[in-house]
Amino acid sequence: MKKGKISELVMKFVFLAAACTSVLAVALICVFLFGNGFPAMFKIGLPEFLLGQKWKPSNNLFGILPFILGSIYVTTGAILIGVPIALLTAIFMAHYCPKGIYPVVKATVNLMAGIPSVVYGFFGLVVIVPFMRDVTGADGSTMLTAALLLGIMILPTVTIQAESSIRSVPSSYYEGSLALGATHERSVFFAVFPAAKSGIMAGVVLGIGRAIGETMAVIMVAGNQTWMPQGIFKGLRTMTANIVMEMGYAADLHREALIATGVVLFIFILIINLSVSALKRRTMYE
Amino acid sequence: MNKENEKLEIQGGEGVISAGEQAEGLRAAGEKNLSERLAMKLTSWKHHPGSAAAEILVWLAGLITMLAMVFIVGFILIKGVRYLTPDLFSPTYNSENVSLVPAFANTLVMTGLSLIIAVPLGVFAAIYLVEYAKKGSRIVGLIRITAETLSGIPSIIYGLFGLLFFCTAFHWGYSMLSGSLTIVIMILPLIIRTAEEALLAVPDSYREASFGLGAGKLRTIFRVVLPDAVPGILAGVVLATGRIVGETAALLYTAGSVAQIPQNLMGSGRTLAVHMYVLSSEGLHMNQAYATAVVLLVVVVGLNSLSAFLARKLQKGRE
Repeated sequence: MKKGKISELVMKFVFLAAACTSVLAVALICVFLFGNGFPAMFKIGLPEFLLGQKWKPSNNLFGILPFILGSIYVTTGAILIGVPIALLTAIFMAHYCPKGIYPVVKATVNLMAGIPSVVYGFFGLVVIVPFMRDVTGADGSTMLTAALLLGIMILPTVTIQAESSIRSVPSSYYEGSLALGATHERSVFFAVFPAAKSGIMAGVVLGIGRAIGETMAVIMVAGNQTWMPQGIFKGLRTMTANIVMEMGYAADLHREALIATGVVLFIFILIINLSVSALKRRTMYE
Repeated sequence: MNKENEKLEIQGGEGVISAGEQAEGLRAAGEKNLSERLAMKLTSWKHHPGSAAAEILVWLAGLITMLAMVFIVGFILIKGVRYLTPDLFSPTYNSENVSLVPAFANTLVMTGLSLIIAVPLGVFAAIYLVEYAKKGSRIVGLIRITAETLSGIPSIIYGLFGLLFFCTAFHWGYSMLSGSLTIVIMILPLIIRTAEEALLAVPDSYREASFGLGAGKLRTIFRVVLPDAVPGILAGVVLATGRIVGETAALLYTAGSVAQIPQNLMGSGRTLAVHMYVLSSEGLHMNQAYATAVVLLVVVVGLNSLSAFLARKLQKGRE
């Protein structure tokens, strides 16, 4: 009997310890990233690092403004392309899709979320890049190429989240609107959709997080030039691409500057994460 | 339900009808054939051009999403299958045959090692959250917030952390072990979440019955609750496997990109996804990259379907 009690107690602590791994992991990630990144930032000088327009490691110039802007531009483009289609697809799945083909659509979207980013990148490389080369006449690896590919990649993320929040709106909203004489479309777009807006926003922000953190696919199609972004038909480099492009051979301050780039990206992601959980919490209270 | 609503709306489009007539009309609408329904739809569209536009947009968006997916998968499969040559499957890699066998073996090792560590950890964490934790306790809140944070971190950040922590601070260098431990942290939140959902879905009456028969908490968890939650947990594990197989950014600078099977876990080796990235960024072996994409796609699609199947099985068992 007593032996049983001891093992119960021991296992309880084992479970607790396992549950605390995620806390430990987040703490370690913060300590190691910030601990390695911030000293480099101060060594380079915070304004020079964050607002510097030139990245020339061989000349000790470490300005990552081009990459910050690159990430923001590409993400914005992806949102502009992906979100409208994703939201309409979510509405389609929740309120239009015939029952017979719904499982097919659902499976397709889920599958789309599961395709590895390197496969998306490869697809971009062999299909979208040559296509854009024909369009622009010069360069296929452009801001628009990356935005287009990322727009496709965030489609499933946003669609899945938006669909579930549209579905969680009580059906009385829809029925009430119909009873007042509104058409099916009017009821869906003006009664159900606004009621789901917190959840939908959470989905959109999740998509932003996915787009800004995407690495492999962007590297393969964005051109990766270190200059300031020069227009949608010119190549650019994102923060994620900067890390992967140069980490292989960087040393000393150059390496630390790359880690510091990761820290800036990490801070962006933390802000995005916080907004997602705030939005989700708001959905719960509603 | 949707069809009925459509009919309702069509009726509404035709003007004022008394309640009795409307019911009659509704019944009739159910029996009307396709062309008549189409005609009614057109009338209703004429009355509500905005609604018509919205409906067309919605269908278009659904179509675009489906087509994008079919196009991506179809393109890679159709163009890639012909490059699946026997050369590609020779047991060792050299720059002549560009074999994917070592990368495939590394992927299996990486997946196995990561799951062996992450699954018990994740399931135990879920057990604590579901079976032990008191509602609203501060530690539970902290665990949830951190798990949520982890699931939002992009894989390149994990890669950087793995490089700094396992490769540099532990002096393990580029190795399978560094890579798989990095992956463990990455898939942990996914496993915790799915296992938690699976445990929560076990009816409380099972636990009560087990306690009532005199079993302790531990016995109840391992003999009653866990077995019932297995399909749900498995669905999560399979999903996590899909993520490991497709992962590149977190492994490139933790496990490295040596194209051989390492002697032991401290050696560097590339997985299939990394292999594919290296091939396509070098640009010398595009045909082999196509073929690798096919293998990767087939594995990931298979795993996702298996996960969906398991999840459905769990749901069916409940009903």
